[in-house]
Amino acid sequence: MSLAIELSSVSFAYRAGHHVLEGVDLRIGEGAFVAIAGPNGGGKTTLVRIILGLERPSEGTASLYGEPAHRFSRRRTLGYLAQRSELGGDAPATVREVVSAGRLAAGGLLGPLRRRDRELVTEAIERVGLGDFADTPVQTLSGGMQQRAFIAKALAGEPSILVLDEPTTGVDAESQESLASLLARLHSELGATILYVSHEFGAVEQFVERLVLVRRTIVFDGPPQALPGVWHDPSHAHA
Amino acid sequence: MLELEFMRLALGAGAVVGVLAPAVGFFLVQRRQSLVGDGIGHVAFAGVAAGILLDVSPIVTALVAAVLGGVAIEFLRSKGGTAGDQALALVFYTGIAAGVVLISAAGALNVDLFQYLFGSILTVTRTDLVVIASLGTVGLAIVGLLYRPLAGVVVDEEGARVAGVPIGALNVTVAALAAVTVALSMRVVGILLVAALMVLPVSAAGRIAWSMRSAFLLSIAVGLVSVLTGLTVSYYADLPPGGTIVLVAAAVFGVALAAGALRRR
Repeated sequence: MSLAIELSSVSFAYRAGHHVLEGVDLRIGEGAFVAIAGPNGGGKTTLVRIILGLERPSEGTASLYGEPAHRFSRRRTLGYLAQRSELGGDAPATVREVVSAGRLAAGGLLGPLRRRDRELVTEAIERVGLGDFADTPVQTLSGGMQQRAFIAKALAGEPSILVLDEPTTGVDAESQESLASLLARLHSELGATILYVSHEFGAVEQFVERLVLVRRTIVFDGPPQALPGVWHDPSHAHA
Repeated sequence: MLELEFMRLALGAGAVVGVLAPAVGFFLVQRRQSLVGDGIGHVAFAGVAAGILLDVSPIVTALVAAVLGGVAIEFLRSKGGTAGDQALALVFYTGIAAGVVLISAAGALNVDLFQYLFGSILTVTRTDLVVIASLGTVGLAIVGLLYRPLAGVVVDEEGARVAGVPIGALNVTVAALAAVTVALSMRVVGILLVAALMVLPVSAAGRIAWSMRSAFLLSIAVGLVSVLTGLTVSYYADLPPGGTIVLVAAAVFGVALAAGALRRR
């Protein structure tokens, strides 16, 4: 299996001397389904931003498919679901309009979407089970359905790496389970590398092959079954 | 009313601005940057003052100042490590302060200045109309061409940035479009009310729209109707056109708010 993501001795500080991340080594193979968890403020989001090339490490290197992450040449193959508070603006966008935004990088910026792009948009909407809600404003849907719409948006770009940052925030427990099983199905169907980043990982524990706990550095990296019992709630990661 | 040339020119200029202002304002409002138009308006005031001081067309100097102000706000917000509202405040106050100093130096605290602050649509000339229509058409063409990426950035800016969409260039384009809109709208509603035409129609449309595209088109319709109705009312009731236009837009917002509430019942 070739490497999709590689971090070597990565440290990061927003202010000199105050490291958010320190000495992080992480290798993720192509097609893996990995949960990255840890307490709030533990550096998960910074780690994700470094992986996606939005931040450059203060020390060490971050690579995507062997290229420096901040200069990755195939950015259109990166799918990213940001935290929900950053999504959607105030516009009454429908599910189809949201998902169409996922074809921006791959389908070209100018003029209307081409037929093939529109087909991919419809396919992504069907894949997440929102076919009956394609023309419904996203704001009128439940939290879980809204997340499905934004996952469809990321899928519409045909990503080789899909990163989801706190996808279950504001989503009820039942929808969290259903979201996790949707991701597991998409992973087996599409074969993309999926990073599920959250302060809670109970919902995906049964589906991911690997769990990485981050608290400034990596404090656990292995199959979820190997996690010490007391750590199963990530807020206890400091124990 | 239509037999009077100054009214025909006013309606023509008003129609262009009534369409352009909400079309550009749409992308600011949806990204919670409603006051950017106001910030740019205050920089445009400094431009007007510079024009009066240097004896150059105040419209041209206002256009240059507004574009610089719009790009400065975007630069400070995205690269200067300044929060959006602080970037806006910085440009806002610097613009108004520069305007006061320049206008005082020119000794022009008079009626000429008031036509830029509160609008003077009834004094629009044929040449003005040609300039407003030409720049307005270019602005609308750019919005039409870039509608999809601009809407995509409204939906998810960070996701688009990760996928390599040139967010910085798109944001600067919106800032420049907003600046051109402010400069063109000065004659219609005045610097002090210019942002209202970029915000109120969009807010009204958002209450009754069923999709992003419908919200965009309804914003334009509300803007156009507000300007034409406001001008007509101001003509027959002998009221100031700029203020009347904005009050009509506010009234349409009230109606849309009520209609939206009724529909959700």
